[in-house]
Amino acid sequence: MIEVQNLKKSYGIHEVLKDIDLHVKKNEVVCIIGPSGSGKSTLLRCLNGLESATAGSISIEKVELTNKKANINKIRENIGMVFQSFNLFPNLSVLKNITLAPMYIKKLKNGEAEHLALNLLGQVGLREKANVNPDTLSGGQKQRVAIARALAMQPNIMLFDEPTSALDPEMVGEVLNVMKKLAKEGMTMVVVTHEMGFAREVSDRVLFMEDGRIIEEGSPEQIFEKPTQKRTQSFLEKVL
Amino acid sequence: MDFFKLFEASLPALLAGLVLTLKIISVGIIVAVIIGLVLGIINVGHNKILKLIAKLYIDLVRGTPLLVQVFFIYFGLPSVLNFKLDAMLAGIIAIGINASAYISEIIRAGIKSIDSGQMEAARSLGLPYGVSMRKVILPQAFKRMIPPLVNQFIISLKDTSILSSIGVIELTSSGQIIIASSFKAFQVWIMVGILYFMVIEILTLLSSRLERWVS
Ligand SMILES: Nc1ncnc2c1ncn2[C@@H]1O[C@H](COP(=O)(O)OP(=O)(O)O)[C@@H](O)[C@H]1O
Ligand SMILES: [Mg+2]
Repeated sequence: MIEVQNLKKSYGIHEVLKDIDLHVKKNEVVCIIGPSGSGKSTLLRCLNGLESATAGSISIEKVELTNKKANINKIRENIGMVFQSFNLFPNLSVLKNITLAPMYIKKLKNGEAEHLALNLLGQVGLREKANVNPDTLSGGQKQRVAIARALAMQPNIMLFDEPTSALDPEMVGEVLNVMKKLAKEGMTMVVVTHEMGFAREVSDRVLFMEDGRIIEEGSPEQIFEKPTQKRTQSFLEKVL
Repeated sequence: MDFFKLFEASLPALLAGLVLTLKIISVGIIVAVIIGLVLGIINVGHNKILKLIAKLYIDLVRGTPLLVQVFFIYFGLPSVLNFKLDAMLAGIIAIGINASAYISEIIRAGIKSIDSGQMEAARSLGLPYGVSMRKVILPQAFKRMIPPLVNQFIISLKDTSILSSIGVIELTSSGQIIIASSFKAFQVWIMVGILYFMVIEILTLLSSRLERWVS
């Protein structure tokens, strides 16, 4: 589904991603952990073209995103992204946040789009919030709406960039539960997270990143129980 | 009592001048907003050549006096291009072009003030740049642009008095004409001032209404 080869990304002389290789299979849930500033967000943002690669190639479902002729909008329709800071549109109601993209891109009629949106809101437990302004929601509710919005384009891949890092502790669970449900339904997911419990429980594979490289990867048991790299060990000692 | 007689006698002419002032400013500001919007969007975009052209335009307009611009459009251009330009039309063009440079900056700043995560979220859904701009960024930016836009509107409204110099019989010019026959400079300029002041007060009032309404 996702094929990343020799990906490099620099900002000026600062090389943020150094030779990243990553392959994500259909239905796989991959969690990326690592210290702040290690390039996790940058990697994720390269996967849907929010950042352009300096070198290397990225293919999403066999379509090469790093090709200049690639239709980036088309590729993005198939990749949902959830941000740490929610980024809901405050000028639109919760419902309109969700219906905007399907109506514009898939040309859904108003009724169809609303039906879809209400369904998704139901799945994240917020059906009754359809007509409120997003500013009135709690952080956990905002993030659940953001997930519903990303799902409205019926993507095959979902990217999550620290989706619970901006939340009060008591709201982390409600968001993680929605993500767990998605994972169970077979969604292909790449999740940057500091929630080690979630990574351990849900992911098929865990990547540890530091300093722009993937230092170690393996099953959750392997990474959390017997990491082979010193840097992974010392990171886990600090966070666990 | 003298004042009220003068007031009564002058009012129709002054009001006619005011109407012309309002006509010029309303068309001028529409021209300005359209050009300003285009320039503002070019300025937050990535096309280097368009950005350079926009910068040149904005710098030229901001770097020269309005009166020079008015003379250039009314006397300068027609003299080399061999055409006649109606004074009022020249005034509208000058006011429109002049305000557009300032408005483009207001629009650019308004767009820039919206968190970049908004554009990223819209684009990550697969929405094209233009739709993201129209549906997500501009509606939010517009709210923040209202006060500086109204401010520019007021400045441009007052700037129309400069058009008296090319023979447009707007409010200021109407005042001059009345003084030429009545010799009552003190009283007439007070009347002219009050008329400008009233219009601007009403505008200010409307704008705070508008601000409250959108939020
Ligand atoms: N737009 C940018 N311009 C310059 N440097 C950036 C930019 N975005 C990220 N960086 C730098 O890239 C590095 C990796 O950032 P990021 O991918 O956000 O790390 P992480 O998500 O792992 O905390 C950091 O050193 C950060 O300062
Ligand atoms: Mg990050």
